[in-house]
Amino acid sequence: MSEVIKKFLYVNRKAPYGTIYAQEALEVVLIGAAFDQDVSLAFLDDGVFQLTKGQDTKAAGLKNFSPTFRALGDYEVTKLYVEQESLDERGLTLDDLQDIQYEDEDDDYEEKPSIIVVSRAEMANVMADQDVVLSF
Amino acid sequence: MATLHTVNKSPFQNQTLISCLGHAKAGDSVLMIEDGVYGAMQGNAMSEVVAGMGANVKLFVLGADIAARGIDAGRVAKGIASVDYEEFVDMAASHDRVQNWL
Repeated sequence: MSEVIKKFLYVNRKAPYGTIYAQEALEVVLIGAAFDQDVSLAFLDDGVFQLTKGQDTKAAGLKNFSPTFRALGDYEVTKLYVEQESLDERGLTLDDLQDIQYEDEDDDYEEKPSIIVVSRAEMANVMADQDVVLSF
Repeated sequence: MATLHTVNKSPFQNQTLISCLGHAKAGDSVLMIEDGVYGAMQGNAMSEVVAGMGANVKLFVLGADIAARGIDAGRVAKGIASVDYEEFVDMAASHDRVQNWL
């Protein structure tokens, strides 16, 4: 087997708890992380709601999976593209989102932000740059 | 380096088709399938938006899903080509990637 590294993009367009899509996407990302591919996540439309900080699901009786996003860096998933227009439309700013960081092993394990805010046009370029696009 | 986008939701139900058209690059193909085929009809509240936002992409609709919903082929908007399942497979193979908008 040749070691071909492909670019995988996981596209998140749904809010976190109304459907199972968001949680399933995260499961697939974690499973896929074992295959040493070039992985990115995209958050647009209602998908940006997945990253809000302060999620408290106790009273709703749901599993709060939002802390898992902060663990992605340990699986070398370090590129979380978030669309600016989707934030704007929903009255959100970067401050409303979790602070998600990873340790850069090529830079003395310095902590760096995983979230990359991009415009819709830049998001289109990210999508067009992939080998495989998986939607949730 | 073109992408085949598929859309399977009605544009009257949610923003999926609009989001797809807002992210598709010039020269990409957008294929409306399942309930997505309602976005291919002419003379409804979405027709002008689809035509405008889709001006730089190639628009297609899956004929089987049009027929299944009782939509006459004549109701498909001008400039939107109807394809069958074999052509769908050929399109998936001839593009660099497939992006499904769910």
